[in-house]
Parts: sequence; structure tokens; C-alpha cells
Amino acid sequence: MSSKSYDNHLGIKGWALGGAWSPERYLYTLHRVTGLGILSYFLLHILVTTSRAFGPAQWNALLGDGGFLRHPVFVVGEFLVLAAFGFHAANGVRLILIELGFAVGRPIEPVYPYKTSLHASRFVTVVLMLAGAAFIVLGGLEFLRH
Amino acid sequence: MSESKTIHFRIRKFNPETDPAPSWKTFAVPFAKGMTVLDGLHWIKRNQDTGLAFRYSCRMGVCGSCGMLINGRPTLACNTQVAALKAAMVVVAPLPNFHTVRDLVPDLTPMFEKHQAIRPFILREDKGEMDAPTAEFYQTPHELEEYLQFSFCIRCGACMAACPTMATDRDYPGPMPLAQAYRYSADSRDGGFAERAKAVDRKSGVFSCHFGSECSAACPKGVDPAKAIQLMKRRLVFDYLRLFKAKKPCGGVHGQRTTGRREGIPEAPEYTIK
Ligand code: SF4
Ligand code: FES
Repeated sequence: MSSKSYDNHLGIKGWALGGAWSPERYLYTLHRVTGLGILSYFLLHILVTTSRAFGPAQWNALLGDGGFLRHPVFVVGEFLVLAAFGFHAANGVRLILIELGFAVGRPIEPVYPYKTSLHASRFVTVVLMLAGAAFIVLGGLEFLRH
Repeated sequence: MSESKTIHFRIRKFNPETDPAPSWKTFAVPFAKGMTVLDGLHWIKRNQDTGLAFRYSCRMGVCGSCGMLINGRPTLACNTQVAALKAAMVVVAPLPNFHTVRDLVPDLTPMFEKHQAIRPFILREDKGEMDAPTAEFYQTPHELEEYLQFSFCIRCGACMAACPTMATDRDYPGPMPLAQAYRYSADSRDGGFAERAKAVDRKSGVFSCHFGSECSAACPKGVDPAKAIQLMKRRLVFDYLRLFKAKKPCGGVHGQRTTGRREGIPEAPEYTIK
């Protein structure tokens, strides 16, 4: 590779740009983002529960009535974690089905306008995304009740 | 769009000798009915910018040379009609996820190296029959269908430019080589699955695909590389779980196998890949 050529890799921008913009691309990106979000929550969760080791006062200061983590910002954050989980789980099932070749259809002779595995897998995608959305809505109602 | 209209082409220019980074230049081009983006580039080269660099050969969607990013989508310039874009401006840039050699010319070398690594040809143990065939291998229409779709690939690189995994993982083989790994593994004449599995079942390998499926949405030939990649994963998983019933590569040849070389069968061509 000539050192004078220009590096035209999209990098992280490529998760959102540079393709044909099918909805599945955004599911791909959201899956990664929600995965990272859930991982961050998991690490924070360990930190918070560790506070119990420093005595009940520490624990209550964080999680007791009027504790630091009862602030509405953290409640909304917690709902976002639930939403991320709902999406990540539903999309994870979709990916397992697709990656095991169950929802992509059989090889066919390409005839224009082309029908691809995207079309073949749309039904599974829609059903699982609706299931994920239902989980998030029900979870949200539960948050509002408390 | 009427015949007397002009259409603007905004083209990304880059000269490795003089430019530290690409820049954009706009050209006004007379519109003609049936005009493709490649026609527009030729008009610019003839009339306004003789130094404009782009790659093409067949002009009919067969050779795969003219892959470019056109109005944000990777596709073939010769296969894209300006009128079909329904835009006042045609924005043309080189394919992303490759280095740019000059203007609209991407360096496709990494794609071809990855393609070569998956051994894109029939692999069999009976090399003698491969090099000096005594008759044709027998294949049913159903066996042909198992891989035919994936054999329409023209190596244009549009799928590689569209793939979000390619954008951040340079070690990932990419849709085209992975689809070809499946194309040959699914061929009933082939016995090279284990060898190709070693090449694709690795870190940053076939399992780095998570069905963003932009490759299939972008492919101008309907090859559907995302489908081939998922079928390759299925075969790898089923093979690992010993659920895949591997067939022997078809040994039967169409017609009578003779002891010597049958008349009328041409010599095998020279190897292009060693
Ligand atoms: S799979 Fe399609 S987009 Fe990719 S190189 Fe082949 S023809 Fe081009
Ligand atoms: S010039 Fe051959 S595919 Fe476009």
C-alpha cells in the first residue's frame, strides 16, 4: 500500500453511514450501543452493591428513602437500562435465529428487483421488535406505578 | 428532467502527489436521457477535468471495476442512471473502507488478498481428475441452486464499502470473501470446507458479522452476501455439533470415466492463483 494513498475507512462513523441504510443497520448499531450500556450498568451495579460493605449508613445514603440514587435522573437512567435490555434481548433472539440460517431463506437465482435475506428475515425482525417494544412499554408502566 | 437541463456532479478529488487530504469539486454536466453516472464522469474527463481518475471497463455491470459511492450509496457507476437518482446533485466519492489511490479509485488489494485466503476454487483430493479430467463432474440442478446465486459476484467491492463491521475491523474478511467461502463450500464438487473453515472461523472472522445486512442491500448483482455468510455460520455450528451430514464431493462423472484423457476436453488453464 502506497503511504501516499488516503485512508478512507469510515471508522465508527461506518456504524451509521456509508451503506444503503437498511433498518437492520440501525438494529446492528443499537445492539452494540445497548450492549455497551448494559455492561456499564453492570459495572456501576457492582460498585453500588459494594457500598453495603461499608455499613448500613452508606447503603441508605445511596439507596434508602431520599438516597442519592433515588433522584429522578437515576430513575430515568434505570428505565433506559430496562429499555436497553428489552431491545438487546429481542434483537439477540433475532440474531441467533438468523445467524443459524433459520430466517434468511434459501439461495435463489437473482432476478431484478432483487429479493434478499433482508426481505426473508423481515417477518421475524418485526415480530421480535414488537415483542421487545411490548416488554419496554410494560416495564415503563411499572416504573410509573412506583 | 428535460434534455436541455444541466446536472451538477460533486466529485471528491485526491491527488496523492500534492494533496494532504481529499477535496470536493463541482462540475456542471449537460443531462441526456439514459445518461449513467459513468457517462457523466466521461463527459467531465473529456471536457472539464482531463486528470479525473476513475476505474471502469465493461460499462455494463459485468466487470465490477466502477464501484463508487454515489449519493451516499456504494454501487456501480455504469449501472446507475442519473435520472433514477432523482437528485439535483450527483455526489460521487471513492468506495469507503478501502484506501483511495487517487480521485475515485480505491485500492482493492486487501479485498483480493482476503478473497485469495479463502481458496476461491474447487478443492478436491483427486487432484489428477482436476488437472487432467477424464469426464465432466455430475451435478444436479438442485445442487447447482445451492451456490448459483453467490457465483454472480463481480468483485466490485460495494458490499465491503457498505459493511459496518468492515468500517472498524480491518482484519475482518468482509462480505465478498466470506460469501465466496460459502459459495465454494456449498458446491457439491468441492471437498474444501475444512480448509476454508480454518480461514474464516477465527477472531475477526465470519462470526464478527451481526447481520447489519448492508452488503445485501447494496449489492448491485443480487448476490445477497449476508445470506451466504449466515449459511456459512450455520454450517460451521452444525458441523461443530456434528449435526451436519457432510457428503463426499461428487465423484461420479457424467458419462463413462475412461482410463485416459477423453478426447475434446480442453486443457486446464494456467493457475491464476498459486
Ligand atoms: S457480493 Fe455483490 S457487492 Fe459484493 S463484490 Fe460481489 S457483486 Fe459486488
Ligand atoms: S464498468 Fe464494468 S461494472 Fe461498471
